[in-house]
Amino acid sequence: MSDLLNVADLETRFRTREGVVHAVNGVSFGLKEGETLGIVGESGCGKSVSVLSVLGLIPMPPGEITKGSVKFQGKDLLRLSQEELRHVRGAQIGMVFQDPMTSFNPVHTIGKQLTEPLEIHLGMDKKQAWQRAVELIDMVKIPNPEDRLKDYPHQFSGGMRQRAMIAMALSCSPQILIADEPTTALDVTIQAQIIDLVKSLKDELGMAIIWITHDLGVIAGLAERVLVMYAGYIVEESSVKNIYRNPQHPYTLGLLRSLPRLDMNEKKRLISIDGVPPVLFKKPKICPFVSRCSYRIERCLKENPKLSVVEDNHKVACWVDTAIGKERA
Amino acid sequence: MMKKNAEVLLRVENLKMYFPIKRGVIQRTVGYVHAVDDVSFDVKRGETLGLVGESGCGKTTTGRTILRLYEPTTGNIIFEGKDLTRLRGEEMRIIRRKIQMIFQDPYASLNPRMTVEEIIGEPLIVHGLAQGQKIRERVKELLTLVGLNPAYVDRYPHEFSGGQRQRIGVARAIALQPDLIVCDEPISALDVSIQAQVVNLLEDLQRDFNLTYIFIAHDLSMVRHISTRVIVMYLGVFVELADRDMLYKNPLHPYTIGLLSAVPIPDPYVEEKRERIILAGDVPSPINPPSGCRFRTRCPLAQQICAEQRPAWQEVAPDHYVACHFWQESHSLKRR
Repeated sequence: MSDLLNVADLETRFRTREGVVHAVNGVSFGLKEGETLGIVGESGCGKSVSVLSVLGLIPMPPGEITKGSVKFQGKDLLRLSQEELRHVRGAQIGMVFQDPMTSFNPVHTIGKQLTEPLEIHLGMDKKQAWQRAVELIDMVKIPNPEDRLKDYPHQFSGGMRQRAMIAMALSCSPQILIADEPTTALDVTIQAQIIDLVKSLKDELGMAIIWITHDLGVIAGLAERVLVMYAGYIVEESSVKNIYRNPQHPYTLGLLRSLPRLDMNEKKRLISIDGVPPVLFKKPKICPFVSRCSYRIERCLKENPKLSVVEDNHKVACWVDTAIGKERA
Repeated sequence: MMKKNAEVLLRVENLKMYFPIKRGVIQRTVGYVHAVDDVSFDVKRGETLGLVGESGCGKTTTGRTILRLYEPTTGNIIFEGKDLTRLRGEEMRIIRRKIQMIFQDPYASLNPRMTVEEIIGEPLIVHGLAQGQKIRERVKELLTLVGLNPAYVDRYPHEFSGGQRQRIGVARAIALQPDLIVCDEPISALDVSIQAQVVNLLEDLQRDFNLTYIFIAHDLSMVRHISTRVIVMYLGVFVELADRDMLYKNPLHPYTIGLLSAVPIPDPYVEEKRERIILAGDVPSPINPPSGCRFRTRCPLAQQICAEQRPAWQEVAPDHYVACHFWQESHSLKRR
């Protein structure tokens, strides 16, 4: 099956007073129809910037997409005009962001904000749009949809706002839903509600999902395939089961080891990753993880490893075979 | 780890903290936020008492009230035989040497205009524990203890990463050699790979200096990892208290069961087979909390009595407390 969305060699930079920050450094990935792709990494790893670049939502300046292409339905999204992009974003790719408070306009009712894209993108009249908005609010399981549509965003709780956000993102039946840390600001019981909702909507509507998070737990139960990002690079890519059962990149290994697990009975000391992630003012010539890596060999200080296939459906960007602690053949 | 019948370091009795809501020109009190509503507990020397719950449950307020950062509405806080709620001025200041706090936000809790030496040295000066050149030496010693380079004494907070700043906060807290440290979500603002560094540091310091922690957090996995005993809070009240393993193996309160079930496990094979109990609805407002049991509006086991009577805080097994009318039936939730 060919890719619904294909990102190739994407590079995004930001000009800051301290210098040019290399936020995304040649990221390539595909998204298949109906697939759930998880992108994991810590703050500043470039996971959000990658996706915002895809959607043309990077403020330019200071941002700049210096390289790459994003193929979607035979078009390169990076070459579309703002007008064309707006149509893609509203109608074909839906988005949900971390903070459900700032994602809504506080001076308009939820109803107005929900009907607007329906009128613009689908050409519905006011009455049809309202009818559809009621259905959408009902679909995301907010009780009394007719009344709640007349409310303003501040009258909704955090969880409800995120539900409304999802309703808005799905209003034009997009093929892709992009969710950028949608549950990070929510409490854990509300997070469980939202994840449950997204899963059932996906079964019902069949859209593909890109779910960005720093939480390895959330991804484990949700995604089919996972990209692990570090310092603007994809360092590991595989099926979700493979990533957790057979992690190969030292960073992925480190992340999984540093997490305490609720279902683990013995009390062990956590294994932390020393140091902090780098801020890249230059494209690195060596492996960006090397200063924090316990597996490093001579070669890591000379060349930056490329993401390469190590087994079926499993790519890793590391010179070392971590299973044996020696350089890959 | 902790011995049975260990010495009680801190006893909190019937603590209530209501914040008045003021309206209008004359700032009339029109109601109260029932942030903490009648909680009692002991902290034993050398243990880590975990305090978990979702936002707005009162866990931070409980922690801050212990240090009298808020004046409690009613209740007693007994530390070394003294009731902290009755102490004034100088007496309280002396006690504060023994109870310290680590704050959640390592960006907001360090004064950006002060150097590391001034930040960590300030409590030493205030409490008259060091002077002149001695301060600098002690600060360097403390920096080494928390895993920072002692050469950083003259740097400012903005020169450090989040994890390093939190280490500075830890150094400040241990500077006075306290007995008890209230850790208020000390790792929530940090990245995953850095969280483990700070937690390991806290555990090392506890071992080396026989510290007692109250560890406030919303991350149940981390609380399970670090705690000896765990209290679960909901909307200003305690719903369950147990030994860490007991709480996770045999939770009795429907809220604890739902909360544990909501925590994602970083293992796709486990997640695939897990059956979730999804708690419906949102946490009600603490301004006008539900009558009887606070959790009844979201509880799958709720019945008439739950609206009428506040469930008693009862010890149902040794050192296992729960506040629920139907705790004996709650296991039915787990099998579902």
